[in-house]
Amino acid sequence: MPGITHKDRTLTAYAEKLESLDAPKGRSLTQDAMRRLVANKAAMVSIFVLIFIILAAFVGPFFVPWGVGEVDWSSIRKPPNFEKLHYLGTDQNGRDMLARLLQGTQMSLIVAGVATLVSVVIGIAYGAIAGYFGGRIDALMMRFVDIMYALPYILFVIILVVIFGRSPVLLFVGIGMLEWLTMARIVRGQTLSLKEREFIEAARAGGARATTIIGRHIVPNLTGPVVIYATLTVPEIIITESFLSYLGLGVQEPLTSLGTLISNGGPVAEVMPWLLIFPAIVLISLLLCLTYIGDGLRDALDPKDR
Amino acid sequence: MADVLTVDDLNVTFALHDSEVHAVRDLNFTLRQGETLAVVGESGSGKSQAFLAIMGLLARNGSASGKAILGDTNLLALSPEKLDNYRGKDIAMIFQDPMTSLNPSLRVKTQLVEVLVRHQHQDQATALRNAIEMLERVGIPEPTRRANAFPHELSGGMRQRVMIAMALLCEPKILIADEPTTALDVTVQAQMLELFKSLTDDFGTALVLITHDLGVVAGLADRMMVMYGGRIAEKGPVDDLFYDPRHPYTYGLLHSTPHIGTRARTLTPIEGLPPSLERLPSGCSFHPRCRFAMPQCKTDRPPLTGERGKRSCACFYEGKLSYEEVVA
Amino acid sequence: MNEMAPNTLLSVEGLKKTFGISVGFFGRPLTLTALTDINFSVAKGETLGIVGESGCGKSTLGRCILQLLQPDEGKVLWLGQDLTTLPEEEMRKRRRDLQVIFQDPLASLNPRMTVGEIIADPLRTLMPELATEERRARVLKMMEAVGLLPEMINRYPHEFSGGQAQRIGIARALITEPELIVCDEPVSALDVSIQAQILNLLTELKDEFGLTLVFISHDLSVVRHISDRIMVLYLGRIVELAGSDILHTDPRHPYTQSLLKAVPIPDPKQARARKLEGLIGEVPSPINPPSGCAFRTRCLHAKDICAAERPPLETGADGRQIACHRWREISAS
Repeated sequence: MPGITHKDRTLTAYAEKLESLDAPKGRSLTQDAMRRLVANKAAMVSIFVLIFIILAAFVGPFFVPWGVGEVDWSSIRKPPNFEKLHYLGTDQNGRDMLARLLQGTQMSLIVAGVATLVSVVIGIAYGAIAGYFGGRIDALMMRFVDIMYALPYILFVIILVVIFGRSPVLLFVGIGMLEWLTMARIVRGQTLSLKEREFIEAARAGGARATTIIGRHIVPNLTGPVVIYATLTVPEIIITESFLSYLGLGVQEPLTSLGTLISNGGPVAEVMPWLLIFPAIVLISLLLCLTYIGDGLRDALDPKDR
Repeated sequence: MADVLTVDDLNVTFALHDSEVHAVRDLNFTLRQGETLAVVGESGSGKSQAFLAIMGLLARNGSASGKAILGDTNLLALSPEKLDNYRGKDIAMIFQDPMTSLNPSLRVKTQLVEVLVRHQHQDQATALRNAIEMLERVGIPEPTRRANAFPHELSGGMRQRVMIAMALLCEPKILIADEPTTALDVTVQAQMLELFKSLTDDFGTALVLITHDLGVVAGLADRMMVMYGGRIAEKGPVDDLFYDPRHPYTYGLLHSTPHIGTRARTLTPIEGLPPSLERLPSGCSFHPRCRFAMPQCKTDRPPLTGERGKRSCACFYEGKLSYEEVVA
Repeated sequence: MNEMAPNTLLSVEGLKKTFGISVGFFGRPLTLTALTDINFSVAKGETLGIVGESGCGKSTLGRCILQLLQPDEGKVLWLGQDLTTLPEEEMRKRRRDLQVIFQDPLASLNPRMTVGEIIADPLRTLMPELATEERRARVLKMMEAVGLLPEMINRYPHEFSGGQAQRIGIARALITEPELIVCDEPVSALDVSIQAQILNLLTELKDEFGLTLVFISHDLSVVRHISDRIMVLYLGRIVELAGSDILHTDPRHPYTQSLLKAVPIPDPKQARARKLEGLIGEVPSPINPPSGCAFRTRCLHAKDICAAERPPLETGADGRQIACHRWREISAS
């Protein structure tokens, strides 16, 4: 059969053509989505606020007058006082609230970030494999997920605490271990529907192996739902972390987190409202921003009729 | 024959994110009682949008201007509430995919009865009787049993017949069918087209058949309107346009349609792509793909010339249309 | 029936494919027989058209040929070797020669890959020994062959119209220089004027590269235009297989006759002259086909034998194959 590749000369000609070719980069789906996201005002405002909070939490501590564990014996239980540079007041131990708030936010963000990353990586791998292979493998894998779901979460964490002691690492692992379950389910569902699409069949007709199909064809097309879900679970993770810390299972002194700050501020809120209000404001802002961003991402990545 | 619908200067635009798109421009035509008008075009021709506009079914960002006169009322000037009095009653529309046009959670008879109760103010019993009679009229065997069924229990062809029945319940003067047979098997399509023929004969309904399939047009239509880029390219009696097309696009369509009788004839496709409505070519929108284009076609838009009601064509070229290389 | 003539590329013998479907929560699982008793062969250089309506199994047949679905029974012989029993690695090697074009151009292209990557994909899998530059050069050459501008190589599928996207699909199918391409409704999703472009392109490429095509479509006009022989399927069985011209001028199976009568003709005088009597009913459900001859419920010529016995596929004197008890008595319409 006369082929199109009559050897080197013709191909070399094309190879040269390729060099000189000015082929503009196409407009990927991601770029389209970004364009739509940018147009969403609520999402953009939320993104800026979120960036501000992140910067404040990580860069702020370098600029704050008081250290985190530093005790100011002259200002114990004092409300916000600009003279003594205690902008957000001090707590029962004379520690500056602004510094503690920044450090606490930092901790919460790190926990949320790492836990999300863990859940995303494990969830995608697990869900894509279960969804693609289907049949018994899928059934087995998902039954495992169902069992994990059924376990009482707090019991599980307490067991982890007993084994590993109290540490922030425990929080990362513990929360990540919970969140990957839902991510796996979502990814599996998406994979099931993606699997039926014609370009997957085309890949199989092109001889692609299962690993190639999962890695090159399925996973890249999962980014939409995964990103949306991840964004919407970060608030959930922060709340879970707050809850655990509230129960005393998470971060320990002198480290603090938003949850710890709130749990400390709660009982004394009538007398020292500033201990509760400021962490609460930050927590609520974070949650709202992430929710708006999550909504915006969902609209951007899955546009219906305009 | 009386005129049932007169459309003057119909324009449909859609408001996009940062621009406006004209889906239909300067549409003028008249529909006579009992006749079948085929509206032919490809993607972007505006053929569906024009009639969605007349029915008041445009998307939220769409708006229409001009006149669509039914009797002595301009449908385009009516508010949605007032338009409801005409829709389903004097003018009805059926769509390509009957599954999405029928409510899957309601039985067939419920949906049919609803129409009669609303528009003809019949009571439940009378309405049910009439509905079943109509199902029989459109060729559905065992109509009483079918009426009790849910849409998903019926086959595609059956569902389309239910749609037609629903559209005809109030004996509308005009029935608009938007690609009604595209999703059906060929043998079912043939039966459906026979049904349309008998309906227009029996009821005297004017039928607007929106389609891209010239074979369907040839079997059914009296007159035909070819649309391109939102405008009319050519319109007139079906035989005139098929055997003596004046517009290069009509000519091109005829020559790119495979005809089952002749295998030897090579297809001569129309080169190029259908135009993007956001970036229509200057002058005549068809000129980039036209083998007979002249310099004037790029700069000036050809007006629709001819007698309204007879045939008209929007093209500057006056010579004979032929692809010399075509083996006839 | 299957002459293993020296130039037979593909030979299908006794193919049967069923699907199990569950009905409702408490229903028994039902068996849907998509294909039964499929026997045919395809010679090098010819175009075999496969035509039928919903439930006929033509798409399933395409996928069985490509081993995207495993048939329940039967053999798919490629150059004499049965593909159904091949281990996966061996099958992969054959895929260089056995490619496919799908119906929906935009659904068959990975939306996250560029055009260049999509067309190069089979090369990466099936000819991994190629250097990147050579791969890119082949992609470029193929793009030109199918009428795509080389500058488009970095664009994404959604930036193309249906017709152009189908050209990408065609380029991808051709990139490994296959012998046979299964075309599964390749023009059904396209505008009429674009259909003609793609059909012409397929004909040109077929001549240029000496391709053999299996062309699956519901559109009889299109199939007639491009095929040498046509196979008509009804509810999973072959009802008639004959040369394209003979099938049109002298169809003997009542179903073929009905199909031909039903096909719309873009010619008003001919269309008006046509009589459409004899077309009744719809295709029965493939879950519960009629006994004996599956077409008998819609056939004007049906007799008792048609309900009792399934008509075997016979070979007529003119070389056609036909499955009908009464085909010798029925004259062409």
